Amino acid sequence: MPDVTFIVDGKQLTAPAGTLLIDACRTAGIEIPAFCYYPGLSLQAACRMCVVRIEKMPKLQTACTTPVAEGMIVQTETDETKQARKATLELLLGNHPLDCPVCDAGGECELQDMTFKYGASESKFVEIKQHREEQQWSPVVFFDRPRCILCYRCVRMCGEGMDVWALGVQNRGVGSVIAPNRQDHLDCEECGACIDVCPVGALTSGTYRYKTRPWEMNHVATVCTHCGDGCKVTLGIRQDNDGSEVVRGDNRDKSGINGDFLCAKGRFAFDFVNRTDRLTQPLVRQANGQLEAVSWEHAIQFVGKKLTEIRNQRGGKSIGFIGSNRTTNEDNYILQKFARSVVGTNNIDHHRTADFAGFVQALAKHSAKAASLRDFESAAATLVIGGDPTEQHPLLAWNIRTNVRLNNSRLYIANTEKIKLHRQAKAFLALPAQDGYGSFANSLHAGGANDETKTFLDGLRAEESLIVAMGPELRDGTIAAIVAAFPQAKFALLGDYSNSRGAADMGLFPDLLPGFTPLCANATFATEYGMEFSAEPGLNLIQMLDAAARGDLGALYVVGSNPVSRYNVPADSLENTFLIVQDLFLTETALLADVVLPAASAYEKSGTMTNTYGDLQLVKKGGDRAGTRSDLEIIVRIAAAMGAKVNSLVPYGKGVSSDLGQTRGAQSGEADRHAVWLSAHNLEPRVSPFDPNAVLDEIHRLIPGYAGLSRLTLAAGNDQHLPSAEPTGLVQIDLSSHAGLTLPTGDGLFASGTLGRYCSTLGELAAEHPQSAEMATDASA
Amino acid sequence: MPNISHHPDEVSVVSYRFGKGAANIDKYLELGGYESLKKCLGLEPDAIVAEMKASGLRGRGGAGFPTGMKWSFVPKQSAKPKYILVNGDESEPGTCKDRLIFEHDPHAVIEGVIIAGLAVGAQMGFIYLRGEYRYLLTIMERAIADAYAKGFLGKNICGSGKDFEVISHTGAGAYEVGEESALMESLEGKRGIPRIRPPFPAVVGLYGGPTVINNAETIATVPHVFRIGGAEYAKLGTERNGGTRLFCLSGHVKNPGVYELPMGYNLKKMVYEVGGGIANGRKLKAVVPGGSSTPVLLPEEIDIGMDFDQVGKAGSMLGSGGVVVIDDQTCMVNFALRTMKFYQHESCGWCIPCREGTDWLKKTLTRFHAGGGVEKDIDNIRYLSENMLGRTFCPLGDAAAMPTIAFVKKFRHEFEAHLDGKPCPYAHAEDLALA
Repeated sequence: MPDVTFIVDGKQLTAPAGTLLIDACRTAGIEIPAFCYYPGLSLQAACRMCVVRIEKMPKLQTACTTPVAEGMIVQTETDETKQARKATLELLLGNHPLDCPVCDAGGECELQDMTFKYGASESKFVEIKQHREEQQWSPVVFFDRPRCILCYRCVRMCGEGMDVWALGVQNRGVGSVIAPNRQDHLDCEECGACIDVCPVGALTSGTYRYKTRPWEMNHVATVCTHCGDGCKVTLGIRQDNDGSEVVRGDNRDKSGINGDFLCAKGRFAFDFVNRTDRLTQPLVRQANGQLEAVSWEHAIQFVGKKLTEIRNQRGGKSIGFIGSNRTTNEDNYILQKFARSVVGTNNIDHHRTADFAGFVQALAKHSAKAASLRDFESAAATLVIGGDPTEQHPLLAWNIRTNVRLNNSRLYIANTEKIKLHRQAKAFLALPAQDGYGSFANSLHAGGANDETKTFLDGLRAEESLIVAMGPELRDGTIAAIVAAFPQAKFALLGDYSNSRGAADMGLFPDLLPGFTPLCANATFATEYGMEFSAEPGLNLIQMLDAAARGDLGALYVVGSNPVSRYNVPADSLENTFLIVQDLFLTETALLADVVLPAASAYEKSGTMTNTYGDLQLVKKGGDRAGTRSDLEIIVRIAAAMGAKVNSLVPYGKGVSSDLGQTRGAQSGEADRHAVWLSAHNLEPRVSPFDPNAVLDEIHRLIPGYAGLSRLTLAAGNDQHLPSAEPTGLVQIDLSSHAGLTLPTGDGLFASGTLGRYCSTLGELAAEHPQSAEMATDASA
Repeated sequence: MPNISHHPDEVSVVSYRFGKGAANIDKYLELGGYESLKKCLGLEPDAIVAEMKASGLRGRGGAGFPTGMKWSFVPKQSAKPKYILVNGDESEPGTCKDRLIFEHDPHAVIEGVIIAGLAVGAQMGFIYLRGEYRYLLTIMERAIADAYAKGFLGKNICGSGKDFEVISHTGAGAYEVGEESALMESLEGKRGIPRIRPPFPAVVGLYGGPTVINNAETIATVPHVFRIGGAEYAKLGTERNGGTRLFCLSGHVKNPGVYELPMGYNLKKMVYEVGGGIANGRKLKAVVPGGSSTPVLLPEEIDIGMDFDQVGKAGSMLGSGGVVVIDDQTCMVNFALRTMKFYQHESCGWCIPCREGTDWLKKTLTRFHAGGGVEKDIDNIRYLSENMLGRTFCPLGDAAAMPTIAFVKKFRHEFEAHLDGKPCPYAHAEDLALA
């Protein structure tokens, strides 16, 4: 659209024709107050706060509904507009209760801010305020009805934004109220977006209610530890006796990859951090069969000694490693480096939530591109095949819905279930429950499809630019067929958990090195690790568990994973294996362990994570729990206890200005706080062998796909899309075994694997919404 | 059924068939019904619009927008269907004319709708009756059915090859849906909240298509314009205010009733001659000229012609034709309070100034009239009104603000008489049932 020029407060501005005056002003740094206007949601012009004086128009105009016009002359802060806004505030405050002392929004309240600015604090009214009862609409949503200023943001966010439509307006005039869809409570997705969007304290979080004031918290921006979307979440942290307490999670500043959006898990499922049954002391199983607390020193030395013994007596091939989908890239990279270079084994695997190797191979074969999560915000056409974004990748679903709503983009869905996103779809193809995706893949190339499929495919092929999201049900050959069918498109694979993609990228595979590098193409890593690689793949997860059952697995080191539960492993099958478990809680796997090591959670350490789309983000240490250590530190210390050279394992000490002696202590357990202190003093934190930044150096240097990462972008808190790895020789490798080892989680909005069971709020929400809790896992290929 | 009042000064155009049983289609036809439609079926759309412009007919609902000009705003081409919408949501206090049209001459409404449709290229009309007029719905539905039966509606009307459908619909009891965009929302099944304008209905209206919305009296006048001729109609009134209109004379007059008088008829004459003067031997105190939304006029201000322009010059509005006559035993503060109770009740609640402003005005006036008022309340009442005026999402805020400003300005002494806990000076008056 051509630009128009106009004048605001004497300043000449330019904006594309059709831009709303309020947006043009805000972009130019001219503040225009508004309650009901919310970018991305339909216009209301209800609050009348954004009124401005436009020459040649008789009445004050709302800037939110006026498009800019050539030659328009606007005054935004005149006596007249200020008086209009002041009068509006006086009227709002007329019935608004004086709850500031007890209201959660105090300090973050837009009504407070406006009142400060326009000075409407003296009341002209003596009559009684209109009072309505406070209500609790769900375990996590409270509605303090008297505070509501009827800006209708919540109604629109729930409807237009989330496509849930659980909120509406009832009655008329001053008796108007916002009402939930079940008379006195909500039946919704509990995303809590209504809470963030409410400008006052009418809608508040049930988990945060009355707990603290915003200025009593430190706010740390990190990445949610749950699904594969990797939303940014701001944690509100407060100091307490055991370290610190995470008091709330939200995305009020709308920054990061998720903008306005955050789901129930990101918002409420942080409470696992504060539980009293967190592991805070290392445990070692005694002769009497009981697990007893020991010191860290004792635990580390014991593990180091045992692993060295087993390695020396039975070889590295008798030791197995199971890594995590929720630990950082640095943790994962060091785990596999430790396994390969110190223990001497390729027996390393993890719970594979999607066939990333098959995905990357297919892309490499056809020189196709991967789609970033942001691509879904603006794609002209999107195909979702398999998966259920509304339940499992809520940010993706948000991006798709917003794209359809605001940009008229076209959505095509092919699925064995009528997933909720079909409501936005231009075309929905129902696939048979039995091998539906396989037969769809066949019809892409072989023809012989039925009429319905033909029409669907014709529509797709007519799209000039397309992005394709594939659910985790799709593997190997099916993925390859789809990539081959739309060579110009961009692709995404929907794995679960915050760092599943990172686990795969960092090489937690028995047959692949970091960056999906085949074992036979190991030259770079061989040089770097100073060793020779066997091209023989190690045992995969299932094979490791089988070997243990046979008594052939001498030791198994499990980090942040619960295979005993996930794979239904009988308790006695690990009796003959020295089991080390590093986790947050005494899970089913930890209960069988010989050594239990308490780890810091993802919210308590720094590093990087890669979401399922290949977008890299920085995870920043928020909370703190005394007694826990970061996974990185534990692994490095065990390596050291095995006699490994620590500065071969972790490239620390290569910094320019290290600060020996001036620190608060590069002591164990304070690594990350130490790093924060150092960077706050402009010192490069390279002294510590537990420093994830040092590991990131190596990742950056060595791993295909991570070579282009920008440290600046990361440090600024932004996401960056990594180009899909183009690993040498991957194309030729037979990766078909990966398909059978893929086990999609089936976690819906209120489930998050083992970790989710320790989130009490999530449990409450799951109990309220049983149909959304667990979905059937698709075990077929 | 109330008696049909008559006065020799009346000029019967739209009330031509009142009291003659014209709700019955055969009677309607006998009295020349549907002849104008037949005439218009032979005219080009532009010719129909031109005749309406020549008539000088202006909207009889209250805004007074020239009808011919409104019809000419509808674009010739449209991707979406066009509609005619009759605003039968007569809710302005003091107004009781459209109900007579629905009762006595429903076919005139139907005929007017079809003619409007021919003028703008619409093939469907909606007749929206306020919910409280449910008892008139039967009459309208019967009329529509009869029109279909006789081929004036449906496919190939009057053998012309053109189609036209009409649907009737009632509201559920809200004043705000008399506002045209709120009316469309209500008809579409949504809450009766007005729309953001622009775009205006003539371009984006009902279901997104170009829509002409006319008041019931306006639309019912259309066939009469073609019956007597546009220029002839215009001559009956004053310059730029053609024709006649129904005035609803109510209040403390001897002969209250609905009278059809030429545009520009003198208000003083209307009160004293047509209305017969003040009842019960009292004197005139004030006249509200066009429904409760219009600023009140003092006795020395009523020697004016009742057309849009002259009343506008006198600082008020012709409005809906609801002329409310107030005698000197009426408490103006109580009158203001009663008016404000209406607006507070009817505010749709969408925008802050009206929703909260009408509520605080009602609360303040209630306390004030009961004797709990202080001096600064009077300024506060004026402050609230002035900060509602021009600031609201739709004119209901203005409709509440303007009369209140006039009451405070012109009857300040009455407000002051209620201060210091003094009882209302008119508490003894028998017709206190205004409250």
